[in-house]
Amino acid sequence: MSLIALLVAIVAPAALSDPAQEARAQSLEREIRCVQCENEPIAQSTAEIAADMRALVRERVAAGDNDTEIRAFFRQRYGDFVLFRPPWDARTWALWGAPFLLLAGGLAGVLAVRRRRDGEVEDAVAEEGER
Amino acid sequence: MIAEIGAFAAALALALSLAQGVFGLAASRRDSRAEATAAIAQAAAALCVLAFICLIIVFVRSDFSVAPVAANSHIDKPLIYKIAGAWGNHEGSMLLWCLVSAVFGGVLASTRGSQSFGLWSRAVGVQGLVTAGALIYTLFLSNPFARLDPAPMQGSGLNPLLQDPALAAHPPLLYLGYVGLSVPFSLALAALLEGKADQAWAKALRPWTLLAWTCLTLGIGLGSYWAYYELGWGGWWFWDPVENASFMPWLVACALVHSAIVTERRGSLASWTILLAILGFGLALLGTFLVRSGVLTSVHSFAVDPQRGIAVLVLLAIAMGAGFGLYAWRAPKLAQPSGFAAISRESMLVWNNFGLAVAAGVVLIGTLYPLLVEALGGGLISVGPPFFNMTVAPLLAALFIVLPFGPMLTWRVGDMRQALLRLAPAAALAVLTLIIALVITHWRAAPAIGLAIGVWLIAGGLIYLWTRIRRGEGAAFAKIAVLPLAVWSMSIAHIGAGVLTLGAVAETAFRSEQAVALSPGEGVTFAGRRITMIEIGEVEGPNYSATRANFRVDSASGAGIVAAERRFYPTSPMPTTEVGILSSLDGDIYIALGEAVRDGAGAWSVRLYHNPLVHLIFIGVSMMGVGGLLSFIALTRRRRSAA
Repeated sequence: MSLIALLVAIVAPAALSDPAQEARAQSLEREIRCVQCENEPIAQSTAEIAADMRALVRERVAAGDNDTEIRAFFRQRYGDFVLFRPPWDARTWALWGAPFLLLAGGLAGVLAVRRRRDGEVEDAVAEEGER
Repeated sequence: MIAEIGAFAAALALALSLAQGVFGLAASRRDSRAEATAAIAQAAAALCVLAFICLIIVFVRSDFSVAPVAANSHIDKPLIYKIAGAWGNHEGSMLLWCLVSAVFGGVLASTRGSQSFGLWSRAVGVQGLVTAGALIYTLFLSNPFARLDPAPMQGSGLNPLLQDPALAAHPPLLYLGYVGLSVPFSLALAALLEGKADQAWAKALRPWTLLAWTCLTLGIGLGSYWAYYELGWGGWWFWDPVENASFMPWLVACALVHSAIVTERRGSLASWTILLAILGFGLALLGTFLVRSGVLTSVHSFAVDPQRGIAVLVLLAIAMGAGFGLYAWRAPKLAQPSGFAAISRESMLVWNNFGLAVAAGVVLIGTLYPLLVEALGGGLISVGPPFFNMTVAPLLAALFIVLPFGPMLTWRVGDMRQALLRLAPAAALAVLTLIIALVITHWRAAPAIGLAIGVWLIAGGLIYLWTRIRRGEGAAFAKIAVLPLAVWSMSIAHIGAGVLTLGAVAETAFRSEQAVALSPGEGVTFAGRRITMIEIGEVEGPNYSATRANFRVDSASGAGIVAAERRFYPTSPMPTTEVGILSSLDGDIYIALGEAVRDGAGAWSVRLYHNPLVHLIFIGVSMMGVGGLLSFIALTRRRRSAA
């Protein structure tokens, strides 16, 4: 089955007949990494392995797998590296938490500065009003 | 002989840069040492210019006894790419780094403005040390004038992907931006050494920051445009580590451009401005390190050399060690700033800096995280577009929602009610866009919000221009003519951000692509158009051979012919794609020619893309660049009239 899909993909890289499925396949192809090239999604790569992987994505989409299942399928086969979307586990908690920490830290910084200045500005405005 | 002259000039420039560092840091008053510093800086700049001219000459003459020429040039290469080849390789690009740093040092030494002598001469001194560091690295670890014996008869040619006008201009612009950030760094260190960061200091800082930011903007834009039409898959930004390496300094430079305004106009945020200036140069050096060391797997892996990577890391550690050390020691002693209210231009600029700095932090962590996980034995993971789109895009969206309020508010204490009233039409337009987009896309929230934000930025910018024009006196044309350049530059840059947002959102959310097999005479319906392959054949270029296919695109508004090529360079094993792009008002039809289909029926695989509004991305970036340039002109003009 997989071999046939592969041959079909090379001979005529036909689109999936259902436009919704085709769109899903294309967006998945943009977030699955070509395992041979450097930092390219399989959508972009001209390598043969990327063509095989594209065919595999289409095969899974046509078979009715959802995006999460397809990601899991590729992850199992090629490792975490193959997904441009980092996994959610103990190694990446810091990564996914970082934006929130930075936001909170930045907010705290801005508010600290603001609180210090509020007092000053009231004095300054009052002074200007008296003048 | 010419290569030896170049090497000698560079070595002499190194000695002079060191002297510039020592004299500059030692001179604090108007004395002979200060005058000597200026003369030395100018001489060092002239010597670097001479060295770089020598490098260009050996490339133009195809002197293959010089190692970088043999490795990167070729007799048959067109002249313009022989010249561009001088900086299109690692060694030459490092000499370009030195050249820019030295010339900026020379200019800095010639323009004191209203700064105190101590500040000025120390900045020139620090800049001299920066140049010296770059020259030491260049001369001892990547000498562009190294000789080969015996010399080869022919060079190994440039990467054909790089043989392109946009890419000839991309590295010099990026380097002007990266190295441009070394001047704010020097000024920041000088301010810390002097214990003073006053308004005159910020005034001197602003043109340099703007120059660096503008060059980074245009350089990144050109690189993105090149990736769009050269790499052949319809994308323009991929959150590639090397793209991030230039995006981080851009974000920090953008924050610095804005915080320096506050420091100059109000004397506030001086300490934060200094920190940004240090960080900006640090990220520029980090960018150089990431690109040059090959530490990250990346499509930009043209120059990979770990030993050089370590050397850049050492330079980075020295610069940042000095910067942050001085900052921790001296920044608390800087004068405390004057106050401002929660609703004021200052506070809006603080929020701008908050958003840009957090975005830079997120990009930094996302870019370095895979390295960290790997180093800690966690295996290989990838952090790519899904992560950055989920984190950076909402941040920038929030920033853009606040943006139009900034120019509408006055310094110290602003009137939010009045600003809201004035911006009401823009808000109404944005809400209208949101509703229409939601209905058309069947409730896809993210693109609808993105488009609304783009409209909000553009309309907000236009309303600001209009309120400023109305404030003038006399006839309409007179009012427009007296509008200060600074108002124009800011409005153009902010509207450009809106145009860019529209293009980026439309392209990302509504693009379509299709892979088909076509033989001559066959056609396919795609994105509301009929695309037919007319003919396909072989053509010969100056130093390549190509397969070229002509396509006819029929749409409701008319027909167009477009050609797509696959080029084979004898010097490179991989063919390159020259995509065919047919632009129209609503976007591009983008055709990439693939390989002949294997069963031999004369059909070729072709990838078709429709990229709606993609030109707005590049128009928006250009507008931001033009805005930066105009602002730079306004600042230097003001400086000249003040002097």
